[in-house]
Amino acid sequence: MNIDTEMVDYIAELSRLELQTGEKQAMTAQLEQIIAYMNVLNKLDTTGVEPMSHVFPVKNVLREDEVVPSQDRAELLAGAPVPDEEAFLVPKAVD
Amino acid sequence: MTWETVIGLETHVELATRTKIFCSCTTRFGGDPNTHCCPVCTGMPGTLPVLNKKVLEFAVKAGLALNCDITRYSKFDRKNYFYPDLPKAYQISQLYLPIARDGAVPIHTDAGDKTIRIHELHMEEDAGKLVHDPWIDQTRADYNRCGVPLIEIVTEPDFRTAGEVIAYLEKLKETLQYLGVSDCKMQEGSLRCDVNLSVRPMGTDGLGTRTEMKNLNSFKAIARAIDYEAKRQIELIQEGKRVVQETRRWDENKDATYAMRSKENAQDYRYFPEPDLPPIELSEEYLDGLRAAQPELGEAKRARYQAEYGLPEYDSQMITSDSVLARFFEDLVALGAPPKQGANWIMGEVLGALSTRAMEPKDMKLTAPTLARLIALVGEGKLNRNTAVKVFEAVFDTDGGVDAYVKEHGLEQVNDDGLVRDIAAKVLEANPQSVADYKGGKEKAFGFLVGQVMRELKGKANPQSVNAILKELLGQ
Repeated sequence: MNIDTEMVDYIAELSRLELQTGEKQAMTAQLEQIIAYMNVLNKLDTTGVEPMSHVFPVKNVLREDEVVPSQDRAELLAGAPVPDEEAFLVPKAVD
Repeated sequence: MTWETVIGLETHVELATRTKIFCSCTTRFGGDPNTHCCPVCTGMPGTLPVLNKKVLEFAVKAGLALNCDITRYSKFDRKNYFYPDLPKAYQISQLYLPIARDGAVPIHTDAGDKTIRIHELHMEEDAGKLVHDPWIDQTRADYNRCGVPLIEIVTEPDFRTAGEVIAYLEKLKETLQYLGVSDCKMQEGSLRCDVNLSVRPMGTDGLGTRTEMKNLNSFKAIARAIDYEAKRQIELIQEGKRVVQETRRWDENKDATYAMRSKENAQDYRYFPEPDLPPIELSEEYLDGLRAAQPELGEAKRARYQAEYGLPEYDSQMITSDSVLARFFEDLVALGAPPKQGANWIMGEVLGALSTRAMEPKDMKLTAPTLARLIALVGEGKLNRNTAVKVFEAVFDTDGGVDAYVKEHGLEQVNDDGLVRDIAAKVLEANPQSVADYKGGKEKAFGFLVGQVMRELKGKANPQSVNAILKELLGQ
């Protein structure tokens, strides 16, 4: 995979990030390094090796379907940058 | 040229669990904004999701009922997107190893029988609700729905008509309701459907460019959107233009679909395995247990009602269209009501009463023992059918006592033939013109005389004996 300005712009858009020209250049370089390292890893022959998604041999961690009281709303909203008394406020996201 | 429409469906169904998929907040519908939330479902850093046992069970039950292969080793994945309806900036879903695959759903339409193949069924979490406030030009995020468990059921592109799509959705809804895994209420969003549609010249095999339609809130909207979109695509192609692959919204008021903005359209979810949730491994014992506990579904019930109770196909269809009605019917029969009479009461009075009150069967107060008692009173000749309907109306909303009501209002049927005979004789004497008309061949006059006798007896007489006695007296 080739990291160019176009790719950085695309990733920034998907991540809702506004990057300045200098930042874009820095990002391009860093992402290139990451991809280069992945290419090193890709050289390893992994034929017949099951992809591993979890490091620990844990499975079937389940909980009972029993209601526990929810968090106090004021507490929950306290950490939000812009709440009102009942909701999180965000920039316009719907028509 | 003739065109063929090719349709595939993605249906999201909200599971009827008490708690959310990854935390213990309630799933209750409504509630003040952000009062059914906790650090897990609002995506606070440092929290860990834990899968609800019931969600897994419901998803497997649904998979089994839709004739799917159940995945013995299943995992969750992150679907990444930045949109404030999901505070984590990703949705926990299943891409690589969904819980169920390769199912089949038989459907019946006027055009015949057909099987719709299920591509896969997976578990995922619902998103929150965004409401824009024009006053402050800010969007309010309410995360009460966030983390409510969903299953998404994806079909193969096997549908050719809106009729097939509706038949499938009705079957799906019925099946999931019988299983008790979802209430499937479209108006509350617990059953939502996205329609993927393309067109191609009739007789060809390739697939045309498809569009995806969202915001379809009723079966009617789905059928209309399908017809509209197929026509739009055919016209584009005939004008030499191309169909663009995009997501379109159905506008109920304008009766048209329109393309969503490209930002909403950007679909690059960069899935990767969810590290916070360990995999799920299902044992054969677990699956056998669930298989054994599967309830009888609509299809089997329809067959049994016809074979065991001798109900006509139409009656079986009507009663099994709703799992609550089917249970009600079976309870009536178990309480001794003759099946056909039970069916008639359900299809006539019960459905009628529900419809005038705009109520769902599951919200009905009337219980089977009450209606069974009413049917028994008619059977024993203690109430005539018309009076029984009046009693039904009186007790329907409260499930009131039938016997008490009958007694209080003195509605017991008059079975004293001697009394009926005396009254009938008086009526004939008082209405010589009608008697003459009847004897002159006017059948209508007979109805009038029956009515008069019934009125004298305050409607409580057995209509059959009134008829018989009048005929007898007139024959003299």
